[in-house]
Amino acid sequence: MILRLAIGSLLARGLTVGMTVLAIALSVGLFVGVEKVRTGARDSFADTISGTDLIVGARSGSVQLLLYSVFRIGNATNNVTWESYLDIAARPEVDWIVPISLGDSHRQFRVMGTTQAFFERYRYRGGRALEMAQGHGLDDLYDAVIGADVAATLGYSVGDPIVVSHGLASFTDHADQPFRVAGIVARTGTPVDRTVIVSLEAIEAIHVDWQGGAQVPGRRTPVEAIREMDLTPTAITAALVGTESRLQIFGLQRWINTYPEEPLLAVLPGVALQELWQIVGVAETALVAVSAMVVVTALLGMMAMILSSLNERRREMAIWRAMGARPVTILGLLVLEAALMAALGALLGMALLYGALAMARPWIDASFGIWLPIDPPSAREVWVLASVIGGAALASLLPALRAYRMSLADGMMVRI
Amino acid sequence: MTDAALTLSDVRFTWPGRGGFTLSCPDFRLAQGERLLLLGPSGSGKSTFLSLACGIVTADAGKVSVGGTDLGALRSGARDGFRAEHFGLIFQQFNLLPYASVADNILLPLRFAPARRARATNAGAGGARAEAARLCAALTLPDGVMAMPAGRLSVGQQQRVAVARALIGQPPLIVADEPTSALDAAAQDVFLGLLFDQAATAGSSLLMVSHDDRLGARFDRVLRLDEIAATARGVAA
Repeated sequence: MILRLAIGSLLARGLTVGMTVLAIALSVGLFVGVEKVRTGARDSFADTISGTDLIVGARSGSVQLLLYSVFRIGNATNNVTWESYLDIAARPEVDWIVPISLGDSHRQFRVMGTTQAFFERYRYRGGRALEMAQGHGLDDLYDAVIGADVAATLGYSVGDPIVVSHGLASFTDHADQPFRVAGIVARTGTPVDRTVIVSLEAIEAIHVDWQGGAQVPGRRTPVEAIREMDLTPTAITAALVGTESRLQIFGLQRWINTYPEEPLLAVLPGVALQELWQIVGVAETALVAVSAMVVVTALLGMMAMILSSLNERRREMAIWRAMGARPVTILGLLVLEAALMAALGALLGMALLYGALAMARPWIDASFGIWLPIDPPSAREVWVLASVIGGAALASLLPALRAYRMSLADGMMVRI
Repeated sequence: MTDAALTLSDVRFTWPGRGGFTLSCPDFRLAQGERLLLLGPSGSGKSTFLSLACGIVTADAGKVSVGGTDLGALRSGARDGFRAEHFGLIFQQFNLLPYASVADNILLPLRFAPARRARATNAGAGGARAEAARLCAALTLPDGVMAMPAGRLSVGQQQRVAVARALIGQPPLIVADEPTSALDAAAQDVFLGLLFDQAATAGSSLLMVSHDDRLGARFDRVLRLDEIAATARGVAA
């Protein structure tokens, strides 16, 4: 009955209570949403590469190497010469090695030169291999395999021609040597979705007439002649390496890092990811702190709302007292009301969040490559909801204590 | 001799703060089953007197006893429970929780008074709810009023619901604070008739305070507050 009366009292003050509940709902939705995006982004990042033991590139920072080689974020400062690549590939510890050559683009998407081995060796999300949604892999010199996002955004299907631009965001096209879409990779949720994959030789081929980053004026080697040329690259951007045994990873890493001919860097993807989290972690903490402050603000708003309602509810409190309710009952009533508001707000917030997730998920995936799973709330989230309700009960103690004191002093004879 | 329904002897009380309003009542007695009208203009200390009688505030000196129980000897929580068991209270107006149904309003005091709840439950077939409905009918409230939110009723109807709430479970003492002041003369008459009938049925004593001496004819006894109590304001404070 007390619960029913508390609910009735809340309903009677529908508008102010509704606004308070909405404020709590939005803050809870924001907080849990930030949590979801944070963990979703982490998982998405961590899922991007698996099965690769070492990433090798020119010497720079390990995070930078990870970002440009796997996530196509940022640029390499330097290249790895083909001779160094061959030296590494020849090491007895190396089981397989996949060269990667970056630097060109198609529209807003990066072009990656590699070998057929990439399709066999690249693994994501706990060991899943790439699958072709349409078409086949790289057979011809001018074949290109595109990611799912590239196909979806640009409306490409197998057989369509593609012109690769020189560099990133440039106006110079390799128009003389168009590619053909040979296959489309099934959606992975990794940067592969936003990549145009061609062969290493093709990267070499489109730069035959180029020197020092510019096309040599007037030189136009015919395509037929290019096909006859030796298209072994002189340099690559990075390489993914798998070892025969995990025990050999550190030995090989040391060997590469101390390679005398050229300054190279080999990193373990997991270790580099950890370093990345340490950098991102500060921003994450700030984000969580800000959204926690929003929750606190909403609870403070609720507290102010209860406080300001106390005066107009003096009569109500007097009736409770006259009917035999102890001051403690009145205190409990106010705390119960606050907890109800917070619980309703928390539920509404979760409903809003899941609704927003369901709607925004495809867009977030397409724009940021982060696939947010719609899971039941995690233990941590349930804990967050519980502490919001607990926090509301705690915040309501101040107005409740005031009501307690008022009801003691007023007795039941409040004149209006 | 049976215990009186309510006695105050050598009671003295001063409100904390509030300019030190002081009330002292050397001797007051309400017999069981008696209907007493206490007259006094506003500001004469009627509310203070009722607060003392109901145990909302405790006397600084002297003794207030209800049915033989010394209110001052009870701890505050026990006093709240005692009030729920022994008092039916009716105020001037705004008696009810407007958002709660009539039924919930009537049953509310039973929530804090187990013995009274048992009496109401055993009053007839159907339990406390049926007893509340019977009271509503006896007080000529329309059918179907039980489920309505109390705030939707007219003032006169609300006052009758307050009577039903005061009477349910047959508390020994009904205390009414100017219950008719918001009603016109004809409605006052009907209201008092119903109140007296039901109080008599329940065997409850009735203590009513008012400023309106025209009501006096219908009571067993009429007292002016200044005959039984002395008040002083703000001398010491």
